[in-house]
Amino acid sequence: MNTFKSLSHWLLAGAFALTASVSLQASAETAEEKGLRISQDTKVKDDGWKDLQAEMVMILRNSQGEESIREIRLKSLEMENDGDKSLSIFDKPLDVKGTAFLSFSHPVGADDQWLYLPALKRVKRIASRNKSGPFMGSEFAYEDLTSFEIEKYTYKYLREEACGAEQCHVIEQYPVDQYSGYTRRVVWVDQSELRLQKVVFYDRKDALLKTLTYHDYQQYLNKHWRPDLMKMENHQSKKSTDLRWKDYQFSTGLDDSDFNKNSLKRAR
Amino acid sequence: MKSINTPLCAVLLGSLFSCSVTADSEIEFELSGKLSLEARGFLESPAYEGQHSGRGALSLALEPDMYWAMNNGSDTVTFKPFFRLDQQDNQRTHADIRELSWTHLGDGWELRSGLRKVFWGVTEFQHLVDVINQSDAVEDIDSEDKLGQPMINLSLVRDWGIVDLYLLPGFREQTFAGRSGRLRTPLVVDTDNAQYEAGNKEWHTDLAVRWSHSVGDFDLGTYWFRGTQRTPELSLDLSGSSPMLVPTYVQMNQFGFDLQATLNSWLWKAELIWRDTDKEHYWASQAGFEYTFYGIADSDADLGVLLEYGWDQRGEDATAIFQNDISAGARITLNDANSTEFLAGFIHDLDYHSTSFQVEASRRIGSGWKVSVDGRFFAAKNSRDPLSALDDDSHIQLTLDRYF
Repeated sequence: MNTFKSLSHWLLAGAFALTASVSLQASAETAEEKGLRISQDTKVKDDGWKDLQAEMVMILRNSQGEESIREIRLKSLEMENDGDKSLSIFDKPLDVKGTAFLSFSHPVGADDQWLYLPALKRVKRIASRNKSGPFMGSEFAYEDLTSFEIEKYTYKYLREEACGAEQCHVIEQYPVDQYSGYTRRVVWVDQSELRLQKVVFYDRKDALLKTLTYHDYQQYLNKHWRPDLMKMENHQSKKSTDLRWKDYQFSTGLDDSDFNKNSLKRAR
Repeated sequence: MKSINTPLCAVLLGSLFSCSVTADSEIEFELSGKLSLEARGFLESPAYEGQHSGRGALSLALEPDMYWAMNNGSDTVTFKPFFRLDQQDNQRTHADIRELSWTHLGDGWELRSGLRKVFWGVTEFQHLVDVINQSDAVEDIDSEDKLGQPMINLSLVRDWGIVDLYLLPGFREQTFAGRSGRLRTPLVVDTDNAQYEAGNKEWHTDLAVRWSHSVGDFDLGTYWFRGTQRTPELSLDLSGSSPMLVPTYVQMNQFGFDLQATLNSWLWKAELIWRDTDKEHYWASQAGFEYTFYGIADSDADLGVLLEYGWDQRGEDATAIFQNDISAGARITLNDANSTEFLAGFIHDLDYHSTSFQVEASRRIGSGWKVSVDGRFFAAKNSRDPLSALDDDSHIQLTLDRYF
């Protein structure tokens, strides 16, 4: 009897302590802090992918529905305490076949980028300031394709709402970089697996610009979720780009030596 | 032994099928390339005796690119022949092996052997430090088309940079327009009677070593080259039925340095050489900047402006075009689905007050075609200026490329 009483007392006290701490946290956490926390959780949840190889096919559609194709192979390497390294090799269109692009991204400051031009055999260091420009004439800007780093945005939690079959966090992100093409992005992250489901982009004048949706998520190594398809729609130009991902391979043993000027020159 | 056997077999037999019998090592083969049709129209009649009187000329070029990869990409073989047929100039009708090479990838090193092309440098209007390959000058006057150079190149990747060691057995003569061709010197260059300072002539083995590295916003490189100077000295030969120019290839030692600072929208570039031959030694440099305005007028288009200065210590005694020349240019890239680009630039000689002006425009058509229009205009009246030879050769060129 005594034992029961003290146990129930302990449970009650524990329950009280728990509610107290939850309500305390809720009242202390601002919308900015909550937005940051969930974005950090999203990043941490995908940590440890080490390296990645994949093929991407872009289908560009203009307002008349005419299509053109881009094919790119991508290798990237997860860096501890820095942005990722990546090497992209262009297969299509055929006139840029063999062109390769090496990028060392940094959470703060300019990325280091080199372009290899196979006809001249020339490696050219290029300015990475051009974040807002279109990637290969598509509706994806360069900044839409670089690795997500916490330091690149400030955050604000907006609300919780249904997104398809899932329940989503809706968070507003404000780019830190003055050269970003956006005033803000609104992102929908599902609560079950913290996967991006939708991003809405607002241009420098804060007008609605683009919507990106993520489709057909697959899980790799029992951990990392990646979409098979990303659809970008430009509301202003009425153009769209589908980005299809193929042959995702994780942790194939790539290292620093696969991401230097020599590997850039031999990439093909 | 098997891992060595496979690439050798591919090199020797040059065929995917004859080697694919090797059971456990897969050979990956890829064929690509381009076919180009070019039409040139000259604005003026030819200036020199023997030149074809027609103002227009058609030309066709084919450049296939064959690639074999073995041993999970550790060994690769590339074969890139080149053919051109020219309607007017039999010297421009020519063939070359741009590349026939085998690359072996080791841990932190690469060995590249065969006929290859190497590019060094950072500037746009002149490639001063780029010395490994001979110019295929009948292709274009901008020295960007190169002949394949025989070499063994060991490349070492270290934390403190990349070191490239080159052994260059054998020399390629520069190509020159023939008697009937445009864009040539007043007298024809007699490419059949090239003279050499080296006793073993075109079989002299050249050496080069280069270090290059990236440190933060800076990319830099420095090298030393010892061997046959790629640009010949031209001297008058009156012994034949008609006067000609005879090319002489001297020996040189050259030290080179190149630097680019990439700071936001600015690219600051500098190239410097010190050349030492039996007859002379001198410094020369090409330096300048490129600044890009991104997303001009709220569009996706970028505008880049370029300014460079070329200097040669020999001044007006220099045989080089860029002895005291200022160059400026503008590049517009629309960043559209067809990769439309415009480039305009001029080079002005501050000693001879001559100017050459150049415009280029290109865009992709469909998925495998590209069309470009190039215009080159020369105003060089001072006969002491090497550029004056081209004074009547201003032309417009239309090129249609088919990629496969």
